[in-house]
Amino acid sequence: MREARFTGTERYVATPDLMMAVNAAVTLARPLLIKGEPGTGKTQLAEEIARSLERPLYEWHVKSTSKAQHGLYEYDAVSRLRDSQLGEEKVHDIRNYIVKGRLWEAFESAVQPVLLIDEIDKADIEFPNDLLRELDRMEFYVHETRELIKARHRPIILITSNNEKELPDAFLRRCFFHYIRFPDAETMEKIVRVHYPDLKAELLREALTSFFNVRETPGLRKKPSTSELLDWIKLLVAEDIPPETLRSDDPKKTIPVLHGALLKNEQDVHLFEQLVFLNRRTGR
Amino acid sequence: MLVRFFTDLRAGGIPVTLPEFLSLLEALEARLANLSPEDFYYLARLALVKDERHFDRFDRVFAEHFAGAEKLFEKLVAELPDEWLRQLSERLFSEEEKRRVEALGGWQKLLETLRERLREQKGRHEGGNKWIGTAGTSPFGHGGFNPEGVRIGGAGRHGRAAKVWDAREYQNLDDTRELGTRNIKLALRRLRRFAREGAAEELDLDGTISSTARNAGLLDIRMQPERHNAIKLLLLLDIGGSMDPHVRVCEELFSAVRAEFRHLEYFYFHNFPYERLWKDNRRRYSELTDTWKVLRTFNSDYRVVFVGDATMSPYEIQMEGGSVEHWNEESGRVWMQRIAAHFPRLVWLNPEPEDRWHWTPSIKLTRELIGERMFPLTLDGLDRAMRELRHRTPLTAPRVSQD
Repeated sequence: MREARFTGTERYVATPDLMMAVNAAVTLARPLLIKGEPGTGKTQLAEEIARSLERPLYEWHVKSTSKAQHGLYEYDAVSRLRDSQLGEEKVHDIRNYIVKGRLWEAFESAVQPVLLIDEIDKADIEFPNDLLRELDRMEFYVHETRELIKARHRPIILITSNNEKELPDAFLRRCFFHYIRFPDAETMEKIVRVHYPDLKAELLREALTSFFNVRETPGLRKKPSTSELLDWIKLLVAEDIPPETLRSDDPKKTIPVLHGALLKNEQDVHLFEQLVFLNRRTGR
Repeated sequence: MLVRFFTDLRAGGIPVTLPEFLSLLEALEARLANLSPEDFYYLARLALVKDERHFDRFDRVFAEHFAGAEKLFEKLVAELPDEWLRQLSERLFSEEEKRRVEALGGWQKLLETLRERLREQKGRHEGGNKWIGTAGTSPFGHGGFNPEGVRIGGAGRHGRAAKVWDAREYQNLDDTRELGTRNIKLALRRLRRFAREGAAEELDLDGTISSTARNAGLLDIRMQPERHNAIKLLLLLDIGGSMDPHVRVCEELFSAVRAEFRHLEYFYFHNFPYERLWKDNRRRYSELTDTWKVLRTFNSDYRVVFVGDATMSPYEIQMEGGSVEHWNEESGRVWMQRIAAHFPRLVWLNPEPEDRWHWTPSIKLTRELIGERMFPLTLDGLDRAMRELRHRTPLTAPRVSQD
């Protein structure tokens, strides 16, 4: 029926299981819940799906204070009250004070849109439960105007979570679930290639070796992720670091240049330096 | 066949429900999986498993189920006429590979070896050698066998020829913690103390009325922050050794506490707290936290809950160097006194039955050290402990018997 299939884009490397997840969610019109380490491109995925399938993208970034109702609509009672005291004309029509949310906008889209509900775990624990009916039936009721808003096309819904809170079972049952694993060396090479097609093979190899080496350091508070690797490589290119600088007989004994892009807190940097120092001493 | 897979998954401890199973069937009907076991594996996982901690269990069940299909394949191979297989091989194997088949002793030998390797492969765990599918080294590696959608070996399209579910890459995400924690959560609610802090986002009705009235009737909206549980909790857990039989109840407590309190910190110790605590049991020798640092970091309004059986040799409390694991410069009792002095609101939850406490000298010692604030790790005990923590009791110097 629908021929459009997501196979990654020139800017985004998708693994086969991720492609399967996206295509299944698109075909069966189920929300797709994406989890994974920070910096593995969860949010970017929605943009890339929208781009590759040529659909409009609606983003709803959830905060700790977000309520499910914010996504549907809000009734701005305060300004109506104020307008009534000032004797404004538009006060007589309640519609003037209904502010549409992202979900409503997505429902009204003329073509099937992509809706991203970003970081759903940031919100209150009841938040996902309040969206069950809306995600299931793709409709909601506006009490103030007594209208039923129905989606013109079931949006492709992507939900990301960083695991800060457990999501309720009833909500999970309605979603497909995909966990983005941290890419292996091979996939990582593809990802870097996609972002820096002109990068010298030698530099890439050395950079990846150091990177995975840093990641394997036991006890890091925050392991460097894909996005940090990309930043680091950007720096290496900008500073024109020759690949030889990164290479050494034993990578455990040297601190990679510009490591500030990879390690983001001082305890980690300290720990790493100590380990390197230790290795140097014992390695002799 | 798939229904059995469904029941197997449930038996394997994955909370799969009927609607999820139906959506898998729907996806299969929509031809999302092209009869390759990998596609089917991804699709099934996508539709049925909703928590990455269950991935490993899913992989195990899947592998088990797939092992049945392997047997089916063996039977098929046994029944297939040799001539047909030979024809198949003409298409699938390159000249070089055919030569290698000959080198292995022809088709009979090949099939025998294949069966043998299948058996060997079944007994293998992740990290083992890839018997089938290592490109170029095995005569089976490139041939794609595909009866009944079961593909064995074959050139891995992604450079990884090992079966994805056999790799069990999600092993350390699995935790077999049962969430029977509702009762515990209810008991913990005693310890709620709501306070308003954070962003003002709730209508303060009383405030609005009074300030509107003061504003000569012109509306003046007042907002206030939402109420949250403001209790801060520091959990110190005994781990290992004699605590092993109590792991389950401790896990339940831990998972309930995590859900209930916004401000929660936890550390582990072994038998009795000394100069160092740790947060991660896998790294308990490399990532230690100085107990002094804990005392400095958390101020006295943290409530402290010890969880441990306090069952040990009395030397471990009384003597310098009494610890079973290392040489401690200062005795456990000194450390416990420091902790008790710093945190006036403190309880100890003990999973050992209360009537046995009397017979264990180390429990008696511990109770003296913390001023008798030890409670059994039962719902009733938890309730009593929470009441104790709720009181803003001024610090009563713990009664310590001098020896």
